Amino acid sequence: MSVDTSLPARAHEENWRPVLELAVEEVFEIMLGCRVKPAATQPPATWKTEFTAMVGLAGSLCGILTFACDQPTAREVAKCMLGPEIADSEGQVSDALGEICNMIAGNFKNKLSGTDGRCMLSVPTVIKGEEYSLRSLADGEIIDCILMFQDAPVAVSLQLHT
Amino acid sequence: MAIRGFAARPWTARGVEIMDKIRALIVDDSSVMRKIVERSLRQAGVELDKVLEASNGAEALGTLQNESVDLILCDINMPVMDGLEFVRQLGTVEKAKGVPVVMITTEGSESHVVQALSAGARGYIRKPFTPDQVKEHVLPVLGKKS
Repeated sequence: MSVDTSLPARAHEENWRPVLELAVEEVFEIMLGCRVKPAATQPPATWKTEFTAMVGLAGSLCGILTFACDQPTAREVAKCMLGPEIADSEGQVSDALGEICNMIAGNFKNKLSGTDGRCMLSVPTVIKGEEYSLRSLADGEIIDCILMFQDAPVAVSLQLHT
Repeated sequence: MAIRGFAARPWTARGVEIMDKIRALIVDDSSVMRKIVERSLRQAGVELDKVLEASNGAEALGTLQNESVDLILCDINMPVMDGLEFVRQLGTVEKAKGVPVVMITTEGSESHVVQALSAGARGYIRKPFTPDQVKEHVLPVLGKKS
């Protein structure tokens, strides 16, 4: 799937949501050997995002992409990537989530035509804990996706700068 | 181009090439990704004698002052020194001259591929990647059919 980034801004969310979901699905299928699917319902109110990975985008596409999930899911993601024996440490779990976020961002922008070489990614940052608020200076559209990974929700959000 | 360890290749009676064990350097700021790349190399059928790791280009250049390798797999987006600059500077390291470099990166744009190949990289793999893609891009630079 390839989408023209020169489309009017009004069309971004409508056009880009399926591209973002596809980017997530491909990363999980290729790197973890697991399928994820868009969630049919919103996660319960008790759901906690204890790990948040983020990657900045700059250039023709400017903003921030985040990937968030609860702690058991974060550990499961790391186990699927690395195997159970080497995914025990918190550092490995954070590193794995940062790479997942990085690959989702890269895969997403590679699917958009018109960003060629003019959109750069930052190195990933991972926040552990839930008592924080994230305020991005990106003031444009926000595309939020909730997907299900092994019956647990994961949240992917793309916040764009106009 | 002479690649250390691959000058004289033995062949079996069935014509299947026996690959020497190689020494690989994996350069990525993510330790998780370095492990995944190593695992993918093994899954691709590359026999590894030793795997060296570095978390950025500058660290990799330092490692290559003392260590000889047969293959380098390198990310692009890294702190301190990125992968493109590392490849550009690789020719200044005597022990690394002629060693094939394959980039493994999320930066999949055509211009990044051109920059990497112009800088001296021999192959380019986009993340996310499968072991088959590693096989397809790595075996040829080691002088084997993928």
